[in-house]
Amino acid sequence: MKITIRLFAAYREAAGVGRAVMDAPGGATVGDLARLAKERFPALPDAERIVIAVNGEYQDHAFPLSDGDEAALIPPVSGG
Amino acid sequence: MIRITNDPLDAALAVSQVESPAAGAVAVFVGVTRNNTAGRKVLFLEYEAYRPMADDQLRRVADEMRERWDLQGVAIHHRLGRLEIGEASLVVAASSAHRRAAFEACHFSIDRIKQIVPIWKKEFFEGGEVWVGSQEDFDPLGG
Repeated sequence: MKITIRLFAAYREAAGVGRAVMDAPGGATVGDLARLAKERFPALPDAERIVIAVNGEYQDHAFPLSDGDEAALIPPVSGG
Repeated sequence: MIRITNDPLDAALAVSQVESPAAGAVAVFVGVTRNNTAGRKVLFLEYEAYRPMADDQLRRVADEMRERWDLQGVAIHHRLGRLEIGEASLVVAASSAHRRAAFEACHFSIDRIKQIVPIWKKEFFEGGEVWVGSQEDFDPLGG
């Protein structure tokens, strides 16, 4: 299934892109996606540390993905 | 009232959005860009956001303020883009019948924004730049 990943701030600069389409096997979880993203963009932090929001909501690494989801890799936030 | 904008912030606008005849207090917090980090001179800053998730998370912070305190109004405005030193990056206004609720809700909101709202700040120094934020402390699903 196709998952669109978004990358921001430090992660975008580490990966060199702000958006990419990943091919994930059916049944893949957020944690699986983090590992795929780390394989494709080795400059990212270790997969288990990557926080991901699916379709705009934070989800833990056990959360199951669906085809067409947008998964944003969220670096430590620093607004305010 | 939630607002994310590249335009300069106006604290008076946020105050006007929370005014109410039932309010005896309006607390306002203005976050301002500082000219140094750990003694290193900061030249300017840039903010970016993941929208519309950032808007949704700011709305969530406002909802949590209203759940915890008896407020008449809440306004949160966040700036994006390039900011010079001394510019406002964040304005929070809260109104309540009595002052304690407005003060406490305002204080809470800043801590919450720094935990869950997908907005990032980059500091530019002479000869370098750095994204602010600590991987160790970042746990938006935690308490």
